[in-house]
Amino acid sequence: MRVGKNHAVSVSGSILLLVAALAVVGPWISPHDYVTTDFDRLMLPPSADGAHLFGTDDLGRDLFVRTMLGIRVTLLVAVVASLVSLVIGVAYGAIAGFVGGRIDAAMMRFVDTLYALPFIFFVILLMVAFERNFLLIFVAIGAVNWLDMARIVRGQTLSLREREFVEAARLTGVSTGRIILRHIAPNLMGIVIVYVTLTIPQAILVESFLSFLGLGVQEPQTSLGALVDTGVNQMEGAAWALLIPAGLLAAILMCFNFLGDGLRDVFDARQVE
Amino acid sequence: MSLLEIQDLSIKYGKTAVVEQLGFSMSCGEAVGLVGESGSGKSQTALAVMGLLPRQAHVSGSIRFAGTELLGAPQQKLDQLRARRIGIVFQDPMQALNPYLRIGRQLREILVRHKLAKGGDIDRRVIEMLTRVGLADAARQFRAFPHQLSGGMRQRVMLASALIAEPELLIADEPTTALDVTVQAQILELLEEIRDETALLLITHDLGVVAGHCERMVVLKSGRVVDAGATTSLFASPGHAHTRVLLDAAPRIDRQDIPPPATGSSILGVEGASVSYEAFGHERLRAVQGISFSLRSGETLAIVGESGSGKTSFVRAMLGLIPMEAGRAVYAGAPLDGPVERRARNQRRDLQLVFQDPVSALNPQMRVQRIIEESLLVHEPQLSRGERAVRVVEALEQVGLDEGFLRRFPHELSGGQAQRVAIARALVLGPRVLICDEAVAALDGSVRERVLKLLQTVQEQTGLAIIFISHDLAVVRSISHRVLVMYMGRLVELADNASLFSHPRHPYTRALIDAVPVPNPVIAPKKAPLAGEVPSLLKPPTGCVFHTRCNYAQQECQIRLPATHDFDGTRVACHRADEIDLT
Repeated sequence: MRVGKNHAVSVSGSILLLVAALAVVGPWISPHDYVTTDFDRLMLPPSADGAHLFGTDDLGRDLFVRTMLGIRVTLLVAVVASLVSLVIGVAYGAIAGFVGGRIDAAMMRFVDTLYALPFIFFVILLMVAFERNFLLIFVAIGAVNWLDMARIVRGQTLSLREREFVEAARLTGVSTGRIILRHIAPNLMGIVIVYVTLTIPQAILVESFLSFLGLGVQEPQTSLGALVDTGVNQMEGAAWALLIPAGLLAAILMCFNFLGDGLRDVFDARQVE
Repeated sequence: MSLLEIQDLSIKYGKTAVVEQLGFSMSCGEAVGLVGESGSGKSQTALAVMGLLPRQAHVSGSIRFAGTELLGAPQQKLDQLRARRIGIVFQDPMQALNPYLRIGRQLREILVRHKLAKGGDIDRRVIEMLTRVGLADAARQFRAFPHQLSGGMRQRVMLASALIAEPELLIADEPTTALDVTVQAQILELLEEIRDETALLLITHDLGVVAGHCERMVVLKSGRVVDAGATTSLFASPGHAHTRVLLDAAPRIDRQDIPPPATGSSILGVEGASVSYEAFGHERLRAVQGISFSLRSGETLAIVGESGSGKTSFVRAMLGLIPMEAGRAVYAGAPLDGPVERRARNQRRDLQLVFQDPVSALNPQMRVQRIIEESLLVHEPQLSRGERAVRVVEALEQVGLDEGFLRRFPHELSGGQAQRVAIARALVLGPRVLICDEAVAALDGSVRERVLKLLQTVQEQTGLAIIFISHDLAVVRSISHRVLVMYMGRLVELADNASLFSHPRHPYTRALIDAVPVPNPVIAPKKAPLAGEVPSLLKPPTGCVFHTRCNYAQQECQIRLPATHDFDGTRVACHRADEIDLT
């Protein structure tokens, strides 16, 4: 592996780790919490010397703590949703691709059917049926993301299955399970890792979008998307309430995208060598 | 004045030098062969002359063409020279032709760009040129897209595009390596015809090609010229040890020391094997029809034929990777049938395959140790970790590698090492039959020689039977006991090595033998023995499938499929086998 030599990977990776660490540690070391309102300190601008690093919102809550909480929630949603799509998508795609034939056709038509569902409509339906619930966001995002992953993994498996080293394994009598596990799966790793780092920003965007619409995380919990939503309402009096979470959101998205691109280069390089 | 003069040429990528202080010159109308193994810097030199090296290449020295310095010349100047005064033909015509443009258009471009013709004259000259390079029905092919032509036809188009501006120098970089021997002979003949007007720089690894077509040769090793001179004198007395090595490694179809007939007992029998694929429109493409033979232990049977003759389809069906449509194969008394997954354990252990491309046959994510020990895990699970390691090292040593390779990944191996690892994987279980599908085709001469030796040694020690699929008759001559010739999926001739090469009984066998370039500059190259190319398997000719290209065909050949006749041990499928003399 030459991950360390790739600047896109090392720089964006360390920024992400730093942000994540700050989001975990920040609320502990701050004297404030994310629910307490203070009507003497409404919409204070950020100040480095004072107690409120990112200022306060229209209810007098400390925005630094709320932003860190927002990052936690956003990253959590993104990572969990991507893991869900990783597990389901890879297993589903690898089986469809390796078994092939009618089973493959049936499995992929099911994927096509799910693709045809209008996503927002699907989420609103879930909200109506089960009431608003944090878990639902994971379910909704995961349910959509694994479709892409399954398609990609299936395509890759189809071409790997025809490769000569797989035929060599079949000839000596290596079992199907072992072929998938030892020959197909390791060769899928590159593309899967790259694709996961690229689905994380997608999941973040979807979560922010849902929260912005008021369909996501509920008060007093918050996420970067929800913070941007409240920030928009206070844009005229307190621009920082919009700019800080929006800027952080953009930075995190860019870092994940760079990370994905960088990892793709790293894996391509290994293929070429 | 010399036409092309290269002095002190060095090409570096970063700190690695691929060409160092290379120099030679060519005069007008001369043919020079640039030979060397892969990585010797042949192609890099050609690219440097054309000014086509990638940006990161660091070039120094001097390349003068007709008195003009090319290195460091402005782009505009190079544009005026390329295609106009220097033509180039690459190895793979599919890569060099634009798949979205009709071939006529691609050739027109050159004439238009260099203002060599006007108006209706342009198309006329393009068609004239296409006809000259032997493209049948050029007026119609003018409108064809590259993918509608066969490999040989595409290479003719490439040649036409290189020659249409009547350049003074033609650079041909392995122009026939991707082609069948019969088509190679046609293209080489064509190169010979244009030689009157054009100087030729022929880059090749095949000394047979150089011997037949170049007056002078330049031998490269690791980016340096190690030997140069007239072809005849270098072949007679090499000036450098490396030239000797290359000459010794060149397989010779005219060699006399061939393996004697094998005497082991029969272990594998095939009868009437047929394979077909479903093509578009529910037609069946009959890739293999009615192949029968038997194989003794300790024997090497070569299967030869042009590409598309069904060699690979046949062995894949025998191994159970694809279904066999009809016929049967018997190994050690038990039938081989069904897909490989359902076959008996001993069959899966005893029949092993070595692929053409070692790089794609080895899992890039596994180390050599795991690659080789995998089949041991399946077939001998009782072995302890230590015992397995011993067996893996033994297998590596058998193929001439040591335990230093255990921890390497496939991309850390050279082509020859990778192929030896693939052979070690096939040998670790102690198979009885080894099937080599073009297993040495991708290897350099000296490495190929070593791998072939290795196979012969293993065979002598263990009585291994080998099915050796190859398109290269010179290699077949040196290693096989018997040879089976296939054409369009059918058995054409089956004979022992000595009689096949000295008394071929089928016209197709004769043609294949004649098409092989002989690495001896004293012998003038023969005329291309076969015209045209293999017909489509979807529309096979009536009667004898070979009659469309056969010089001996009669009316009967067009109507009736020949039966297989027996002539003192040789099996031939030809109506006229008993009347024509092909020796």
